[in-house]
Amino acid sequence: MSNVVGVLALQGAVDKHLEMLRAMDVDCRRVRFAHELDDCVALIIPGGESTTMSLLIQKFDLYDKLREFATKKPVMGVCAGAILMAEQVDDARVTPLNIMPISVMRNIYGRQVSSFSTDLHLQCDAQGLAYRAHFIRAPSIESNSEKVEVLAQYNGQAVIMRMGRHMALTFHPELTDDNRIHACWLKGFHPAFK
Amino acid sequence: MSELKQTVKHPQAISEQEDFTVKVGLAEMLKGGAIMDVTNVEQAKIAEDAGAIAVMALERIPSDIRRDGGVARMSDPDMIRQIQAAVSIPVMAKCRIGHFAEAQILQALEVDFIDESEVLTPADEANHVAKHDYKVPFVCGATCLGEALRRIGEGAAMMRTKGEAGSGNIVEAVRHMRTIQNEMKRLTILGKEQLMSAAKDMGAPYDLVCYVAEHGKLPVPNFSAGGIATPADAALVRQLGAEAVFVGSGIFMSEDPAARAAAIVKATTYFDDPEILLQVSSGLKSGMKGLLMHDILPEDRLATRGW
Repeated sequence: MSNVVGVLALQGAVDKHLEMLRAMDVDCRRVRFAHELDDCVALIIPGGESTTMSLLIQKFDLYDKLREFATKKPVMGVCAGAILMAEQVDDARVTPLNIMPISVMRNIYGRQVSSFSTDLHLQCDAQGLAYRAHFIRAPSIESNSEKVEVLAQYNGQAVIMRMGRHMALTFHPELTDDNRIHACWLKGFHPAFK
Repeated sequence: MSELKQTVKHPQAISEQEDFTVKVGLAEMLKGGAIMDVTNVEQAKIAEDAGAIAVMALERIPSDIRRDGGVARMSDPDMIRQIQAAVSIPVMAKCRIGHFAEAQILQALEVDFIDESEVLTPADEANHVAKHDYKVPFVCGATCLGEALRRIGEGAAMMRTKGEAGSGNIVEAVRHMRTIQNEMKRLTILGKEQLMSAAKDMGAPYDLVCYVAEHGKLPVPNFSAGGIATPADAALVRQLGAEAVFVGSGIFMSEDPAARAAAIVKATTYFDDPEILLQVSSGLKSGMKGLLMHDILPEDRLATRGW
C-alpha cells in the first residue's frame, strides 16, 4: 500500500514541506487537483495566505473533496492551513473547511514587522528539548471542544492543537531543520513512524 | 482575545540570521501566487477578490510613470494606509533605490514587504539600502546572478527578475530569468577552486556564490516581474523557474481587469497544465497594448537602474 503524503499546492510554502518530508524518507506529492487526493494517505495544508487559499479552494472545486478527505484521513494545517481547518474564522473572506472544532483569529500579533521567533515546549516530545518556532503573520487558535488537546503554548495561548489524527499549528515547522512536529503528526498514522 | 493584540511583547530574535529566516519565511508563503500593482482601494479589492496573494500599493503603475515622466517617488503614506485597511492580504510598497529614509517611513507604516525598485527614480547612483537593518523584508530586482547575489548580500529576502516594467512585453523578463538560471547552472559544475574567481567576476559575495554552487538555486525565493500581461506570460515565466509572479500594468491597463487578474492567478497555480491555460486564456477582453523594446530608448529603460 502506498503511503504518500500530499501537500496542498495552490500557493504557499509547499516546497519546504516537501523538502522536509523527503528528508524524513516520506513519499510525498503536490496536490492541485481533487483526483490527486485519491493517491494520498494524509494531507498537509501549508502556510500561505488564508484568504487567497480559501478563495482558490472554492474556485478550483476542491472544497467538498477536501472536507470529505478529512473525514477519513489525517490533515495537518500550518498557519493559513490551520485557519482553513477551523470551524470559525474572524474574517468573512475566509470560508473554513470545518475539519477541527477550533476558532481562529487572523494576524493576531499584527503585520509582518511583528513576526517573531521563540522557544516552545512540545507535549509530544518525551525529551523535553526546546523547539525554536517561527511565527509569521500568525493567527491565534482556540478550542471549542474537549476532544481537542493542546500540544504547545506560547504566552498562555495554544499554538499546536491535536484532535485524533488531525493537527493545527500557528507557526512554521517547515522553515526549520527540526522535524519533530512533522514526526509527531506522522506517528499518528504512518507505519514508518509508529 | 482582543487584549492579546495589545499585551503580547515579542521576544527578540537571537540573531540577524534568525530575523532573516522570518523575513524569507514570508516570501515562502507568497510562492505560487500573483502579486498585483494597485493604485487605490477599489483596485486592491479587485486584486484580492481575484486571488492575489499580495498587492503592491503605488501611486502610478509603471506604464503611467513611463508615459508621464518626471521623478517617481515613494507613494503617499495615506494612500498606502487606505489599502492596508481595505485588504487582508500582505501589502507591499516601493522605495527608491538607495533611499533609506523612504524605507524607514515604509517600515514605520508597517508595510509587509518593501520593494527597493528600479521603477522609481533612483536616489543613490552607487548604493542600495542596507536591508539587514530592517525588520520588514525587502524584495529587489535583478537582471543577472551577480546583481541578485549583491542584493541578497545586502539583506533582500526575495528576488524578482526586473524584466522591463510597464512595457507589457515579456521578452526582458525571459532574458533575465534565463540569464540567472544559466549562471546558476554554470556555478554548479565549477570546481571549488574556481568559485572565488567566479565571485570576483560577478561582483558577488563569495559565500553566496558557494551556496548557489552547492544548491543550484538562490538562498531566497526568486519571482518574476516586468512585462507580464497575459495568463500565458505568467505560465511561461513559472515554467522557466519563477516561483511566483508580479503583475504590474498588465492587469489594470487591460479592458477587464477582474477577469484578467483571476485568469493570471489560475495560470500561476496551474502553470504547467495546457488545458487549464487554454481555458483561462479564452474569452479575455483585450490586454494592454505594450511596447517593443526598440521603441524604448536605452536611457528610458528601467532595468538598467541598480548597481
